[in-house]
Amino acid sequence: MKLTKIALLVGLTALVPSLANAGTLEDVIKKGTLNCGVSTGIPGFSATDSKGVWKGLDVDLCRAVASAVLGDAEKVKYIPLTAKERFTALQSGEVDLLSRTTTWTATRDTSLGLNFAGVNYYDGQGFLVTKELGVTSAKELDGATFCIQAGTTSELNLTDYFKANNMEYKGVTYDTSGQTIDGFKKGRCDAVTSDASQLYGLRQKMDDPSSTIVLPEIISKEPLGPVVRQGDDAWFNIVKWTMFATLEAEELGVTQANVDAMMKSENPSIKRLLGTSGTAGENLGLKSDWAYKIVKNVGNYGESFDKHVGKDSPLDIDRGLNNLWNKGGLMYSMPVR
Amino acid sequence: MNKTKLPEPTSNGFLNNPQNRAIIYQVAALLFVVFLAYYFTSNMFENVEKRGITTGFAFLDNTAGFGISQTLIEYSDATSSYYDVFIVGLLNTLLVSVIGVFLASVLGLLIGVGRLSQNYLISKLSMVYIETFRNIPILLQILFWYNVVLAALPSPRQSFNYLDTLFLNNRGLLTPEPIFESNSIFILVAAVLAIIGVIFLGRWAKKRHDLTGEEFPLIKVSITILILAPTLVFFISGQPISAEYPVLKGFNFRGGLTIIPELLALIFALSIYTATYIAEAVRAGIEAVPSGQKEAAKALGLKDYVILRKVVLPQALRVIIPPVINQYLNLVKNSSLATAIGYPELVTLFSGTTLNQVGQAIEIILMTMAVYLTISIVISLVLNWVNAKMAIKGR
Repeated sequence: MKLTKIALLVGLTALVPSLANAGTLEDVIKKGTLNCGVSTGIPGFSATDSKGVWKGLDVDLCRAVASAVLGDAEKVKYIPLTAKERFTALQSGEVDLLSRTTTWTATRDTSLGLNFAGVNYYDGQGFLVTKELGVTSAKELDGATFCIQAGTTSELNLTDYFKANNMEYKGVTYDTSGQTIDGFKKGRCDAVTSDASQLYGLRQKMDDPSSTIVLPEIISKEPLGPVVRQGDDAWFNIVKWTMFATLEAEELGVTQANVDAMMKSENPSIKRLLGTSGTAGENLGLKSDWAYKIVKNVGNYGESFDKHVGKDSPLDIDRGLNNLWNKGGLMYSMPVR
Repeated sequence: MNKTKLPEPTSNGFLNNPQNRAIIYQVAALLFVVFLAYYFTSNMFENVEKRGITTGFAFLDNTAGFGISQTLIEYSDATSSYYDVFIVGLLNTLLVSVIGVFLASVLGLLIGVGRLSQNYLISKLSMVYIETFRNIPILLQILFWYNVVLAALPSPRQSFNYLDTLFLNNRGLLTPEPIFESNSIFILVAAVLAIIGVIFLGRWAKKRHDLTGEEFPLIKVSITILILAPTLVFFISGQPISAEYPVLKGFNFRGGLTIIPELLALIFALSIYTATYIAEAVRAGIEAVPSGQKEAAKALGLKDYVILRKVVLPQALRVIIPPVINQYLNLVKNSSLATAIGYPELVTLFSGTTLNQVGQAIEIILMTMAVYLTISIVISLVLNWVNAKMAIKGR
């Protein structure tokens, strides 16, 4: 089933004479929609709400890119991908942009013909266990069985961590995060391991979230970011600077609510960002109001964060590493100049 | 055929000769296919190269570095390579296939015969069984059995416990693991000798039957030999096989053998589903045997089970085997649906996890497809050979 889908995508590489390697920007403009690869449902990052509308931090990135390129945040076609399918879907051209909690690693960046355009969430791997188990630290998990999602860095980190601490574990690997949490619910495993941010989301899917706890240990670095095909620098620049624009807007205090008023601002940084001076947009091959559209349609990074994973969301995750650089975090936009 | 002669060709040119033309068409078709294959492969490699995707099979030697819940060979999370992962996945696929094919055949034969039974209850129950399980998609059945298995079983601390040797919980069925000491080789030798002995006994019994018509209680004697010989040697050689029992330690069991719930669910689903098709093939095969054969056998005074075994089934098998080959092939291919419940077979492990860690979709998918193709061809060849053996021999 899944095999057929991947095999089909592989077949596509063989059939199409020359897949558009360069020119994703032209393609997207011609199509009038952005094909964005998202997850099959990770609360806070990319999941559908009760009305079937895609919401989340990763979804907001798709919307921001669509705003910058097409001027309209709604012109996105969301393509849900499992962890296994995601890279093949991007390589074969089924999606223009992969925005799906993907960890930036050396292997992925260098051997898959892909480029990571930045980091939109600094994460780390953690553990979710039932309170009934009576465990307070990951160091007490010797001999435990874990539910893991197949094809993630979590699988590899878990092996490293248990080996380093001289412990043993058993793993059951599932295809989707839904199946993973289902296995945990039914007691197939003692603990779930995944990116900490996802664990908070998965915890909400439990019948009684308070019967479980996320252990304090973070065992890895998981910088999550958007991915594009290698060899299309123009498109790579657009995705990269879309992310910077959302950060720059937050740093300069430009929000969805005040962006119209900010158009009259005399602050030279704001003028350059919103395109009232300079040629940042034109240089990217976009209209001069590209960043204005992003902030107007989607909001700045801080607003997206608070709405989907931060203080205004059920996940209620602390900004932590994901705060701006001048507020103790790692989020740093290169200057728009 | 030779009476109606084709009209003589009006000219004797090379192209007007029908035989030459046939060859030309076939060569042209062949060239076209070869060209297409070449075009697709070269195109693919060109595309792959252009995008800077790594190619080749060098990745097979790299360390995999992830854990697998069921491994039939020695596998270490930290040092085993992707090649080992491939073998582990392949063996797990074969394990499920072999057990599934065996159970499905037995169950299918019983249900198929039961469907034709004179007994109202048996025949109707068989019909209900067939119609129910044949008409539900196999993926749903796999998920159903998985959920049933997980929901019905308790957590490790509340395991069903049989004499402290067998434990059943939602981590699987735990059994003692046999530990073989050096003397245990004698037991193996005894078992092999017993099997060879039984084969010769069978030949002798058949010969005697052909010559004198006397029946020999072959099955009872064979089973006695097969059990008795290794058991005797076991005690004579000083009981060289001991067992390691599973023990609850922390929150899981350690030691012993674990049969994981994914395997149980998958075998349940695959054999129950495939058995319905085999049952129908068996029924069709038996009904294809002319009723005169059965009546003749009855008139000779043969007992019912003798009629079934010696008269009906040998003739029915010729009709049964070809469709059953298809069902075996389907079962092997359906085992790849295990990816839905996390059973670590080839598709889950290799074209799932490995593909994602390595990213070389083309090589990995090709290898996976080659495996299924090979398994299927081998099954077909073996069963075609069996079928040829079974065919009526002109005398």
